[in-house]
Amino acid sequence: MTPQIAFHKVFYRSGEKAILKDLSLEIFPGDYISVVGPSGSGKSTFLKLCCHLISPTEGSILINGADVMKLDPAELRKKIGYCFQTPVLFGRTVEDNLSYPYRIRNRKMDGGRVNKLFSLFQMDPDYLKHEIVNLSGGEKQRIALIRSLLFQPEVLLLDEATSALDPENTLIVERVIRTLNQDGVTVLWITHNPEQSRKYAGRLLAIENGEIKSMEALK
Amino acid sequence: MNEANISFSSLMIASLLVFVSLLFSYFQKLKLEKEILVSVLRAVVQLIAVGYVLQYIFGLENPLFTTLFVLLMTFNASHNAAKRGKGIRNGLLISFVSIGAGTGATLAVLVASGAIRYVPNQIIPVGGMIISNAMVALGLCYRQITADFQSRRDEIETKLSLGADILPSSIEIIRDSIRTGMVPTIDSAKTLGIVSLPGMMTGLILAGTSPVQAVRYQIMVTFMLLSTTAVSSFLACYLCYRGFFNDRKQLL
Repeated sequence: MTPQIAFHKVFYRSGEKAILKDLSLEIFPGDYISVVGPSGSGKSTFLKLCCHLISPTEGSILINGADVMKLDPAELRKKIGYCFQTPVLFGRTVEDNLSYPYRIRNRKMDGGRVNKLFSLFQMDPDYLKHEIVNLSGGEKQRIALIRSLLFQPEVLLLDEATSALDPENTLIVERVIRTLNQDGVTVLWITHNPEQSRKYAGRLLAIENGEIKSMEALK
Repeated sequence: MNEANISFSSLMIASLLVFVSLLFSYFQKLKLEKEILVSVLRAVVQLIAVGYVLQYIFGLENPLFTTLFVLLMTFNASHNAAKRGKGIRNGLLISFVSIGAGTGATLAVLVASGAIRYVPNQIIPVGGMIISNAMVALGLCYRQITADFQSRRDEIETKLSLGADILPSSIEIIRDSIRTGMVPTIDSAKTLGIVSLPGMMTGLILAGTSPVQAVRYQIMVTFMLLSTTAVSSFLACYLCYRGFFNDRKQLL
């Protein structure tokens, strides 16, 4: 099977500093990988490379067998959902955010899909009209998640997506992600929570000092 | 009508006004004495020089010279504006194109409408006003756009990660920057006649033109400054935003 994402001897440097060193790994469709490692070890950089928000300084990344440098970046990113560690909402209302993925595709917002996702995350559809300045950190995180799931991605990248959530909401998010994974969505999830990292994931990728420390099969 | 005619001796007496600011600086320990003297000397030397140059060019009545002079002013203004936009790729070229286009479009309308004629003593002072206004507007645009591309990095990367192209991911920043460039001109238009009698109008009145005629000129100036800042700010922001990304549509 062709890996969905393959890293071949990937280095990423920022100035003189090597943030990722000699990364080689293969990720297959439907994988669920927890990414762990100390702060500053290069985990977020790894996700940014997967989403092509940055390019490798050395080495190559293949997406479904094609060199990432030869793919259209915007089209590629449309197939990848990415939730940042600190969710960024823009505009004035929740609707401004949820209509954005439709606007950039020149499509009208699909109310049915939006409502389905609200109910999956156990949020009221009224949220659409809420002003983002009035949302709590946890609500912002869930809206950001919904925003990246409006068009079901092939790969979902989560950077500590539940760090701002209470235990109840964390469980809701974990269940949604597991369902998505069961539907075939590949999940790469950075987490600092040891229990969470082993709960649903199939593999555990440990990164330390910019290098792969281990890749452990969990199931 | 009494035309103002400044003699050399009245200028000398007026120069005493410089001492007022020097005295203030000295007694208030502002330590601005040297800077005041240098600025006054520079202003006098530059103005005298430009006076002679203009007198020479006005005498030539040569459209080519007039155009070259306007281009030179545009280049100087572009150079100055580009300095405000450190971090903007091709800042000088973008400024030159933007100020040039804004100035060109406005001057073309003014000449075509018969408001002014393409002669040096009309094109050069009017062009100068337009160009310097565009320069200030561009400086503000550049400051805003570079600051926003720094402070709103996460927002842009979020939009890029959602699959947005570089224009939709920066459009808010572009709009805010154009607005920043245009607002001072709009604000000063709002207060014309109430807060300030602008330089051109004051000059015309001092030179003996009737206030009603001077007002007509001032209205023309207001229109032309608005159009130039709009065209120049719009072009500059739309031309420079690409420089914040690489060809892989990644934020630099």
